[in-house]
Amino acid sequence: MKSIKIVGLAALVALGGATGALAQAKTLEAVKARGTLLCGVGPAAPGFSNPDDKGNWVGFDVDYCRALAVAIFNDPAKVTFKPLTSKERFTALQSGEVDLLSRTTTWTMSRDSSLGLTFAGTMFYDGQGFMVKKSLGVKAAKELNGASICLQTGTTTELNVSDFFRTNKITYKPVLFEKSDEVTAAYDSGRCDAITNDRSGLASDQVKLKAPADSVLLPDIISKEPLGPVVRQGDSQFFTVTKWVYFALLNAEELGVTSANADEMAKSTNPEIKRLLGTEGDFGKGIGIANDWALQIVKKVGNYAEIYDRNFGAKSPVQIARGANELWTKGGLQYAPPIR
Amino acid sequence: MAVTTAGQTSSQEAAKASFLYRPEVRAVIYQLILLAGIVAFFWYIISNTIINLRRLGIASGFEFMSRTASFDISQTLIPYSAGSTYFTAFMVGLWNTVLVSVIGIVLATILGFIMGIARLSSNWLIARIGTIFVEVLRNIPLLLLLLFMYFAVLKSDLLPQVRNARELWFGSYISNRGINLPAPIFEPGFGYVMLAAILGLALAVGIGIWARRRRLLTGQPFPAFWVGVAVTVAIPLVVAVLMGRPMSFDYPVKGTFNFTGGFVLSPEFLALLAGLSVYTASFIAEAVRAGILAVSKGQKEAAAALGLAPNQALRLVVLPQAARVMIPPLTSNYLSLTKNSSLALAIAYPDLVAVTGTMLNNTGQAVEIILLTMAVYLTLSLLTSLLMNWFNARIALVER
Repeated sequence: MKSIKIVGLAALVALGGATGALAQAKTLEAVKARGTLLCGVGPAAPGFSNPDDKGNWVGFDVDYCRALAVAIFNDPAKVTFKPLTSKERFTALQSGEVDLLSRTTTWTMSRDSSLGLTFAGTMFYDGQGFMVKKSLGVKAAKELNGASICLQTGTTTELNVSDFFRTNKITYKPVLFEKSDEVTAAYDSGRCDAITNDRSGLASDQVKLKAPADSVLLPDIISKEPLGPVVRQGDSQFFTVTKWVYFALLNAEELGVTSANADEMAKSTNPEIKRLLGTEGDFGKGIGIANDWALQIVKKVGNYAEIYDRNFGAKSPVQIARGANELWTKGGLQYAPPIR
Repeated sequence: MAVTTAGQTSSQEAAKASFLYRPEVRAVIYQLILLAGIVAFFWYIISNTIINLRRLGIASGFEFMSRTASFDISQTLIPYSAGSTYFTAFMVGLWNTVLVSVIGIVLATILGFIMGIARLSSNWLIARIGTIFVEVLRNIPLLLLLLFMYFAVLKSDLLPQVRNARELWFGSYISNRGINLPAPIFEPGFGYVMLAAILGLALAVGIGIWARRRRLLTGQPFPAFWVGVAVTVAIPLVVAVLMGRPMSFDYPVKGTFNFTGGFVLSPEFLALLAGLSVYTASFIAEAVRAGILAVSKGQKEAAAALGLAPNQALRLVVLPQAARVMIPPLTSNYLSLTKNSSLALAIAYPDLVAVTGTMLNNTGQAVEIILLTMAVYLTLSLLTSLLMNWFNARIALVER
């Protein structure tokens, strides 16, 4: 099944003369000509990307792609979401099957080098953790010596957990699945004692359990997981657009521009806000998109804080505290270069 | 007469015709053109791949095979740890695939023969059981069958949680973490027991040959099979007792989370093995039935007329003839089983495809790794074919 898909994608890399060339050189032009953005997302990750009860894709990673679609087309609906497993994602991006990945992908050095990819930024600062049943009475990850641990294949998770147990000279038994739904099903059945994943991923796994309240996240954070949108190397124009859409979301939050007050703020005399919303300067044109790009993004999708609250806030099913993802002005790590 | 004249005329013409018009030269030229076409096609694909990979900035080559894998695998038949190389990880996956395929083929063959013969039984109930087995199992997609075997069994309360594992015989346990068995530990002196076992086996083969010769000469039957089994088991057993039982067991002991010690048959392995075996057995049963039906009724009647009991008739007259019809479809079923084992990842069994999937993701070298994986399946399939073709040739009807 999936292996067939990946063979197909590999064949695309091997044979893709025409499409490959098109996909690489001018992604922005290709997207405009196609009339829709092809966005690779996770198949079932509540909070990040998940179809809602009407079949529309919703989530943090989904909203980023909608913001990018607004920047390019001024229309958040012009995105085609392609659900990809962890195993398929890079080959899909390399072969031009999608324009970018916005699917909880960790920024690592080898992905920047040997995979031929570029990360546009860190949309979400995360770290790997463990979830266990409360009844086990485990309080720290180091107590998991000899435990069976369920996890998803094809991720940095697999490597981090191996490093962690090796460093602490304890053992574990990995049970590897291809899909996160299978991981939670196996954990529910008692096949394994713990699930390991990025802590945000664990929060969304927990929602899928039969009895979410019976499980608890351990306090340990065993890795750094900077998650963000990924594009192919060698297309600096598209890379710049993806990067600045992320920065615009942060700058809007920092300057207090929200979907509710965006039009009013456009009349502001503050030069920083004027440059962001396109009433001063030619910043949008400089990267090949409309000048009021950021105004339209904030109006139609919201700023970083609005996107975060919609998907991880008090009213959403998956709740994750802002933590490291607060703005730098509030003691967090999210920091965007100025538009100037 | 007229024909000969025509033949002579055309050969005379051919002799006169130019070099290029001679049929044997033409044949060579067509072969050369085809060869050039094939070479050009592959050259195009390979060079295009290399150019594409370079343009996309993706690393290529097989150097990664000697780098550290740094991931863990749950079932390893050869020594492996996260510090081993990618190549070792690849071999671990390969052996896991071979293990489940070989055991699966044996089980599927046994079950398939039983069910195929059952379908033809004159006993109404047995025949219906055979029919239901075949019709249900061969009409369910294998992936669904595997997911059912794994998740339905895990989620049901059929198996206790590991904490309440049920004790079976000889210190083994069953739970939803698998079957934990005592692992044998061989002590010095066990070599003699092995030697005795080999001796016993050789003796059994000798008895078989002697019994056959005697039967052909005198017609006297001799229970060679059971005597052979007895000899093979008894001789090493006697030696083991004489040597002071040079083998002990490492029993599984309940730990904090799992059993420690002994060895475990994981639920993933058992579910995959069961799924593959019953699924393939349903196809083998049909091949067996077809083979038996292909043997003319007169053969069975002749056997009965000679005074053979029904099971003797089946074993000595019908099956040897049916085998000639059964072997080719049996080969295809063995090949399918091996290739279908690649669905293992869905139920977390670390087969070759599962392990190479992880490798692929960590190195990003999809083209190389998928080529290698395909080469392995091709080799396994060709080996199976070779073996079965040899077997087929051996039992083929020798016409006199």
